[in-house]
Amino acid sequence: MGVTAIGASVKRTEDIRFITGKGRYVDDFNRPGQAYAYFLRSPHAHATIDKIDASAALKSPGVVAVLTGDDIAADKVGGLICGWMIHSKDGSPMKAGAHPALAQGKVRYVGDHVAVVIADTLAQARDAAEKIEVSYSELPAVVDTAKAASPGQPQLHDVAPLNTIFNWHIGDKATTDAAFASAAHVTKLDLLNNRLIPNAMEPRAAVAEYDSGIDATTLFTTSQNPHVARLVLSAFIGLAPEHKLRVIAPDVGGGFGSKIFIYPEETVCAWAAKKIDRPVKWTAERTESFVSDAHGRDHVSHAELALDAAGKITGLRVHTIANLGAYMSTFSSSVPTYLYGLLLSGQYDIPNIYCEVDAVYTNTAPVDAYRGAGRPEATFLIERIVELAARETGKDSVEFRRQNFVKSFPHQTPVLLNYDIGDYGQALDKALALADYKGVGKRKAASAAKGKLRGVGVSAYIEACGLAPSKAVGSLGAGVGLWESAEVRVNPIGTVEVLTGSHSHGQSHETTFAQLVSDRLGIPMENVSIVHGDTDKVQFGMGTYGSRSGAVGMAAISKALDKIEAKAKKVAGHVLEASEGDIEFKDGKFTVKGTDKSIDFGSVALNAYTAHKFDGQELEPGLKETAFWDPTNFTFPAGVHICELEIDPETGVVTIDRWTAVDDFGKLINPMVVEGQVHGGIAQGVGQALLESAHYNSDGQLLTASYMDYCMPRADDLPSFKVDTIETPCPSNPLGIKGCGEAGAIASPPAVINALTDALGHEDVAMPATPQAVWRAAQKAVKRAAE
Amino acid sequence: MIHVSMAVNGRPASGDVDPRTLLVQFLRENLRLTGTHVGCDTSQCGACVVHVDGRAIKSCTVLAASCEGAQVTTIEGLATNGKLHPMQQAFQDNHGLQCGFCTPGMIMAAIDLANRQGPNLDEIAIRHGLDGNICRCTGYHNIVKAIAQGAREMGAAGTRQAAE
Repeated sequence: MGVTAIGASVKRTEDIRFITGKGRYVDDFNRPGQAYAYFLRSPHAHATIDKIDASAALKSPGVVAVLTGDDIAADKVGGLICGWMIHSKDGSPMKAGAHPALAQGKVRYVGDHVAVVIADTLAQARDAAEKIEVSYSELPAVVDTAKAASPGQPQLHDVAPLNTIFNWHIGDKATTDAAFASAAHVTKLDLLNNRLIPNAMEPRAAVAEYDSGIDATTLFTTSQNPHVARLVLSAFIGLAPEHKLRVIAPDVGGGFGSKIFIYPEETVCAWAAKKIDRPVKWTAERTESFVSDAHGRDHVSHAELALDAAGKITGLRVHTIANLGAYMSTFSSSVPTYLYGLLLSGQYDIPNIYCEVDAVYTNTAPVDAYRGAGRPEATFLIERIVELAARETGKDSVEFRRQNFVKSFPHQTPVLLNYDIGDYGQALDKALALADYKGVGKRKAASAAKGKLRGVGVSAYIEACGLAPSKAVGSLGAGVGLWESAEVRVNPIGTVEVLTGSHSHGQSHETTFAQLVSDRLGIPMENVSIVHGDTDKVQFGMGTYGSRSGAVGMAAISKALDKIEAKAKKVAGHVLEASEGDIEFKDGKFTVKGTDKSIDFGSVALNAYTAHKFDGQELEPGLKETAFWDPTNFTFPAGVHICELEIDPETGVVTIDRWTAVDDFGKLINPMVVEGQVHGGIAQGVGQALLESAHYNSDGQLLTASYMDYCMPRADDLPSFKVDTIETPCPSNPLGIKGCGEAGAIASPPAVINALTDALGHEDVAMPATPQAVWRAAQKAVKRAAE
Repeated sequence: MIHVSMAVNGRPASGDVDPRTLLVQFLRENLRLTGTHVGCDTSQCGACVVHVDGRAIKSCTVLAASCEGAQVTTIEGLATNGKLHPMQQAFQDNHGLQCGFCTPGMIMAAIDLANRQGPNLDEIAIRHGLDGNICRCTGYHNIVKAIAQGAREMGAAGTRQAAE
C-alpha cells in the first residue's frame, strides 16, 4: 500500500494552517467599513412585549441602527422554518408556531431575539443595547418536558394546543401488545435523556456584506451546509434569490450538528447589511451560544421489553416525550422520530416494536440535532433496558445480547430499516478480548480491597448514517434530497481540484478526500486540492452532518472519478492510436493492453485540453466531470463499547479506568482520522453520562450558561481509549464506507451507566451521574448490601 | 484612548486603544494576528492562550494596557525560518487536532507546561496540566500523545525557551 493510498493513516494536510495560526474562521474575516451587531435578548422565558423604546439607544455614540421585529415584518422577511414534515398518528401535519428572526409581540425563551443594535464598534453596540427600554408583561413559563402537554400549563403557540407539536408513532401496536400479552417476562424502565448544549469551541458568527452595484449579498457564516443555508435564506426567508446570495463557510471550528441550522442572528445580519448598506459583523459570546444555539436530546421515556421463557426478546414498547424547545429549529422534527424510532431495534432481532413520540413546546431554547441526533437516545434506551432485562432474569448480559443479536443479513426490522450487512458477534468478541473482560472479577476484587466499587458496562449500538435515497427520505417528510455532489476538475498539467458539497469542520476532508483522488488517479496528494464551503465555487450540495461525508460525499467524488477515467481513456486512445476499449488505467498510467505503449495521467490531461489529437466535434475538449450521488440505502455502522470504571463511595467520584471500542465502519480511508472521530465521540458521550446537563429552573432561566456552570469534559476527566475496528464493507456505496462521526457519542452513554449500575449493585442513576448523584446511589447500595 | 506598545513575536507593536481593550482584541483586531482565538470570554477554555514574558496567560482576561513593554508570543511566532516548533509538529504527527479552533491555545499551553515541568511528562501530568484548555473534537487522547512527544523533542532540541 502506498503511503497515501486508501487505508493509510496519512497525516493531515490542513493541519499546517491550524497549527501555525493561519486558519481562517468567520471571526477572522473583516470587511471595509463594517459595523457590529449586538443582539438584545429576552431576560424572560415567556412574556409579551408591550413596547420597545429605542430612542436613547439611537442617540448613543456610534449607533447606526436599532432594528426590531416590526422592521422584520415591514420588510416582509420570512420566518425561520422547520424543513422536515412529520404527521401525527391521526394524519394531521405537525403544528409549527411562527418563528420570526426578531420577536414579534412575544418572547418564548430566555435568549430570544428582541432587537439588534448595529454600531461602529462592538462596544458601542453593547453600550447602546443597555439603553433600549423594553416593557414586558411576564407570563408563566413551562420548562418541564414531562408536564408540558398537561392541561393547565402555559401555552406557547396558539396553533399548538397543549403545547403539542405532534403525536407520532411507528411500528405495529396490535402485534406488539400481543407479544406483551404472551410474554414470560416484562422489563420496565423509565429514562431521562438529559438536555445537552453542543459547545463547538468556535462560537457562531456571521459577516454579511451587500454590494449594491450588483444587488448581491455575501454571507460568511459558521455553517456545516452553506448551500442549505442559502436555500433556506432564499426560498423561505426571502432575503435574496439564490443567484444573488453567496454563502461562505470558511474554516469552521466544530459543529456537532449545531451549525446545520439557520438561526436568527445570521439571518438578521444578512438582512441588515443590505438595509443599512454596510457590512455587518456578529460573533456570539459564549453565553449567547449557551442560550441560543440549538440544544440536544431532552427526552423523557417509558420503555417495556417482552421476553419469552427462553430469554428471546419478543417485543419492545416505547413512549417518549421529546422537548423541542420554544420554536421548531431547522430539522428538529426529524430527530425524535425517524432518527430515533427507526433505531430502536438496536443490534437485536426484535419481531415486534411499537413506539409513540409526543413532541412538545417549552419555554427553552430550540432543540435539534446534536452529535448522533436521535440515535444516542435510542441506543441509551435499548442498551439500558436490555442490560436490565438480563439482570432481572439472572442472565449474563453479554450472552443475553449475543442470544438476541441479528445474525443474518439483510435484516428487516419492524421499524422500517433494512440492515444490509454486519457481524455483531465478531465485534463483541473482539471488544471483550481487548477489554480483558474475563479479568473483570479479579479487578473488582482488587478495587473492593481498596474500598472502591468497580463496574463494567457494555453497549452494543447500531446507527444509521448517510440517510438516503432521497426518494425514501422524501416519503418520510424530508424537505430536501440527501444526495451529495462532486465536481472533479483536472487542470491541463494534471493537477486536480475537487469541489465537494460536503463541508469539513474538523472531519479532515482535505486529507481523506485527496487520498481517494490520489489513489484513484495515481497522482501525488499534493497535486490535489479540495474545495468546499462556498456557494459561488461549488455547485449545490447538502453539507456535512449525520456522518454522511464519507458514505455520500466521497461516493459522489468516486462517481465523478469514474467519469474522468472513462473520458481520459478516450483521450488516451486517440493519443496512443488505439481503440478506447484496449486502454487500461493503472497507477496513473494509460496503457494499450498487451503492449508497452503508455501515457501518464498528466499527459492525457494536457492532450484533453490541447485537443490536437482528436476531433473536437466527436469528443469534447477538456477534462472535468460532475456527479450527484444518491445512495441506495442508509448505512449501518455498529459496534461494541465497553466501559470499566471505579467509584469512590466516600465522594461519589467516578474514574474511568479503561475504555474499549470495536466499531464496524466498513472500509476505512484513513484509520488515524477514524480513530480521532471515535475518541471525540466517546468524550462527548462520557460528558453526557457523567458531566453535562443544560439546566433550566422552573422560571425558565438557564442556570448553566457558562463553562463555570456547564461541565465540559476536560482532559483529566477521561482515560486514553483502546479503539479498534472490524470491517464488513457497506454494499450501498461504491467505496464500502459506513461513516464514523457519531458512533462514539451514540455508543458511550449506556456503556457508562451500565458500568455504574454494575458497580452500584444495580442501583439506578440518572444522567448526568455527577459525584453527588453517584454518592447518593453508592450510599444506598452500600446500605442495601449490608442488610 | 490610550497608547500601548509591546513586542509581539519579536517585533515592536503599538497602537491607540480604548482603555478597556483586552490583549486578545489588540492582537486580533489591531495586529490582525487572528491565530489567537476567543472561545468563552470567561478564561475557562484556553483558546486564547499566549505567552507574555515567557509565561502562558489567557489573553481574553488581560488588558492590553497591562502588557505595556512586555514580550508577547502568539501561535504565529512559534515557527522559525519556516520550521515548525517541535510542539506544533507533534500536534500534526499525532493528529492532535480536528477543527483547529482550540489548537493555538493548546499548543501555547503545552509549551508552557513543558517549560515548567520538563521534557518527560507522563499522561497524568499532561491531563492535569491541560485543565485550563477545552477541546470538543479530539477527546484529548491524541493531544496527550502530542504533548508527550512535543515536550520530549523540546528537551532533545534544547528549545525549551526558544519560543520566547
